[in-house]
Amino acid sequence: MLGSKGTKFDWPTIFIYIALVVIGWVNIYSASYNTTSTAFFDFSQVYVKQLVWISLSLILIPFILTVEAKFYERFSSIIYIISLISLVGLFVLGKNVNGATSWYFLGGFSIQPSEFAKAATALALAKYVSDIQTDLKSFKDQIKSLIIVFLPALIIIPQPDPGSALVYVALIFPLYREGLHFIYLLLSFIIAALFVATLAFGTFWVSLGILIIIAIIYFKNYKKKQSVFKYGFIALACIGFSISVNFIFENVLEQRHRDRFNIVLGKEVDTKSIGYNTNQSEIAIGSGGWTGKGWLQGTQTKGKFVPEQDTDYIFSTVGEEWGFLGSIGVVLLFITLIIRLLILAERQKSQFSRVYGYSVSAILFFHFFINIGMVSGLLPTIGIPLPFFSYGGSGLWGFTILLFIFIRLDASNYINR
Amino acid sequence: MRKYLFLLIVISTGILISARLFYLQVYDTSAQISSQNNAIKKIYDFPQRGFIFDRNRKLLVSNQPSYDVMVIPKNTEALNPNLKQEFCDLLKITLEDYDRILEKAIAYSPRLPSVVVPQFTKDEYAYLSEKMWKYKGFYIQKRALRDYQVSNSANVFGYIAEVNQSIIKKNPYYLMGDLIGKSGIEMEYEEVLRGEKGVKYLQMDRFNRKIGPYKEGIYDTIPINGKDITLTIDAVLQEYGERLLINKRGGIVALEPTTGEILALITAPNYDPKLLVGRERSKNFTKLWYDTISRPLFDRVLQGEYPPGSPFKSLTALIGMQEGVINSSEKISCYNGYNYGGKKMLGCHPHDTPLTMIGGIANSCNSYFCTIYKRSIEKYPSPQEGIDNWKKHLESFGLGNYIGYDLPPGKKGLIPSSEFYNRWYKYPKYKWYATATISNAIGQGEVILTPMQMVNFTAAIANKGWYYKPHILKKISNIDTISSKYTKRYNTTIDAQYFEPVIEGMFDVYNEGTAKYIQIPGIEICGKTGTAENFTKIDGKRVQLTDHSIFIAFAPKDNPKIAIAVIVENGYWGSRWAGRIAGLMIEKYLKGKITRKDMEAYVLNGSLLEEYEKPYSGKTFNINY
Repeated sequence: MLGSKGTKFDWPTIFIYIALVVIGWVNIYSASYNTTSTAFFDFSQVYVKQLVWISLSLILIPFILTVEAKFYERFSSIIYIISLISLVGLFVLGKNVNGATSWYFLGGFSIQPSEFAKAATALALAKYVSDIQTDLKSFKDQIKSLIIVFLPALIIIPQPDPGSALVYVALIFPLYREGLHFIYLLLSFIIAALFVATLAFGTFWVSLGILIIIAIIYFKNYKKKQSVFKYGFIALACIGFSISVNFIFENVLEQRHRDRFNIVLGKEVDTKSIGYNTNQSEIAIGSGGWTGKGWLQGTQTKGKFVPEQDTDYIFSTVGEEWGFLGSIGVVLLFITLIIRLLILAERQKSQFSRVYGYSVSAILFFHFFINIGMVSGLLPTIGIPLPFFSYGGSGLWGFTILLFIFIRLDASNYINR
Repeated sequence: MRKYLFLLIVISTGILISARLFYLQVYDTSAQISSQNNAIKKIYDFPQRGFIFDRNRKLLVSNQPSYDVMVIPKNTEALNPNLKQEFCDLLKITLEDYDRILEKAIAYSPRLPSVVVPQFTKDEYAYLSEKMWKYKGFYIQKRALRDYQVSNSANVFGYIAEVNQSIIKKNPYYLMGDLIGKSGIEMEYEEVLRGEKGVKYLQMDRFNRKIGPYKEGIYDTIPINGKDITLTIDAVLQEYGERLLINKRGGIVALEPTTGEILALITAPNYDPKLLVGRERSKNFTKLWYDTISRPLFDRVLQGEYPPGSPFKSLTALIGMQEGVINSSEKISCYNGYNYGGKKMLGCHPHDTPLTMIGGIANSCNSYFCTIYKRSIEKYPSPQEGIDNWKKHLESFGLGNYIGYDLPPGKKGLIPSSEFYNRWYKYPKYKWYATATISNAIGQGEVILTPMQMVNFTAAIANKGWYYKPHILKKISNIDTISSKYTKRYNTTIDAQYFEPVIEGMFDVYNEGTAKYIQIPGIEICGKTGTAENFTKIDGKRVQLTDHSIFIAFAPKDNPKIAIAVIVENGYWGSRWAGRIAGLMIEKYLKGKITRKDMEAYVLNGSLLEEYEKPYSGKTFNINY
């Protein structure tokens, strides 16, 4: 049954998917294997578990691809609601792992619903935006679509899992593509910049900077005789935001979150406690040189210097054992995948498919950028996995479902044409 | 625009990340070093230091295991007060010591090992090793320490000590806590004796536990043991000489004239080499180092510079004959001294007069040697040329410069040049003549020599005009491996024929001259006594001390087997101490036993400690006018 429709699936995307999963597993093997364990199929070993998850994904894929494309569109709202319920249910039934209540335990398995919620949200967003009655120029619909996007994030934040929540910002991009005013993107950028600047330099200097910049703009546009109050309001809003960020940072965030930001902003130089992860990760990647130390030869990986190396920090293994060339190879695979999805999305006839494809591309991009940015010390430590690479069944399944629903949608688009 | 913004962001992000990776992996190499530091640990295997034997293959120095408590500061945890107290008690240090040592270790390097307390014995180690698990970051490093089989020869062996920062900087082989030869043989032959450390690379995990060899040990090396060396020293003679010098200050050095091999190299006071091994080492070393009065760490044979006194007259005679200003049969008169201009007199003791050369040497007549010295200088148009020619002859005996033996270089001594006197007398403003330097004739004046230089010219006389450079290494790993420097014959500027009368004179010194009291049945010794004036400063004033007792000799006369120079500081007459000691040493070496028991008892029981107290006690000095 696959065979007859198989030719219409976008094989380049599938190949990249397979490549990433295989390379990911090879690196998980290196990061987790234990010289003392002799049995290859030792089910306590992370790489064996991941192999099981990969096999299950391969079984899952045909099911995703055989379901009618219309099904995803029609049932998107229900899938979204089920997903929200599963997230809310965590507050009652969830298990706490590493300080975050993000998991259900079913028998021997643990499931992280936030990994599946991404696909559900993308479907719901695509459905809402493609609705003939939805007009992204209207403020009401703008707010509605933003609610769809950020409702799961709001439930995830207090688990607390700010990393997973942050990914939902990615969905601003498909909305922009579909006509959301540029101001939202700009606002997101300004908010992010103010946020980081406040933490890095303090409210006083940020406020001073805002006043200077706004004053310059005002005097440049002086001839237009604009109201001085408008500028004053913008300045006050920015300063107010900066103050509240400072307040939230000091009074609402937990110390561990504060620490995470402080390291990346260069406020902490203690390599032994807080900055340890990033520092060790940079050492591991940096020590790879041009061509790396070879598979299973990474001294940092063997010594388990980088914490969580088989999950969030898996890229440091790539960096150490495969060097600059290997790392660039993986980066290229990701960038190619993201751009390929973008191209596919653009060629969709149905708006639903296009919005969904764009969402997939944006979500993968966010994961990719935040994860590698974190591992290489460019961005704050935000614990989110590298798609298809990081160890974890929910993650792998979540991304597989996310990606293959789009491959299915794309195939039906092809048929219609 | 809406279509391409996201694409643009994706592409620029890809470039940004690639640039970051390029920076981390290719441009900035510091991570490679950090990786080496925290994931791979080097464990050193210390080689056995080579043993030291004497010329008869008697073992002098071997090794014993020793255990240093080491620390890698970054692996330590703050100890609670009880545990810290307990640890300090174990290490036998105070809490303040502990803090100070740790501070120093951190200053050196938080990642590299530093010594906390060195040199525990095997028994202490057994006890310590059971408790070490309690103290994270501390461990015990086994090393080899010296085990001295004899209580003498400390100056010959030298000592080994922990390397200091400047050595570590200069030579990357050495790491904190490593040992290095700091003087004597241990320093001179450090690279032969030391061997090469072996290195094992271990893969460590983030808790600093070893999880196996790094790359299956392909980079590991095994230690190469140091090579054993055989010295030219005769341990029996060395030990005997040190005994003879007890309660005296001075030096004895004996050579085999035909080879230049050093048979004995004795300085007194000396110390037991065992003092500089083990836990008490630094305490003992400090004590020796700060003994600035008797200076036990000062090697008087190599570093002590003395006016040679009368033994130098034999050189004056040789130069005179070579320059043709005297022959051995010319008689020269002595009027109780030598008048060298106006009413200036250089005194002499009563003896027959006039004398030929043999008599002159045997009676050590000052007038005789002043006369021929003056003639040697004045043979040349200017005193400058005369002095420089004289110096040239002396330099051919290895005087006035480093001889080049295989021991730490010691001192050069001084043979003055024309330039020296020009500066001294402010030439050309003031002129100077041979008589201004007349004291050189009799080995006083400006001439100073180390005992090693004295024995070297003695050996050259014994050989009638040539010598091999003195050396102390005979074999490495029981194979003859002497540097070509020591198999090259150095000829003096004096023709062989001129040595005969000097040797006869030196023989008469022993037969009927100033050293006739030390005669040993059956041994023909040629010698020359010396009673050398010397000065010091007491409370800023130049004060003349009791004369040094000096003796040079070789024996047997016709087939020299040993040449010797002895100096006993402030021992007064040359024959009193130095002569007796030289006689005993020669008999010991040639016969293996002592027949002059009276002489031996005199020396062994004699003490000059009261003499050495004089600068402090205020008693008067004996001076040979």
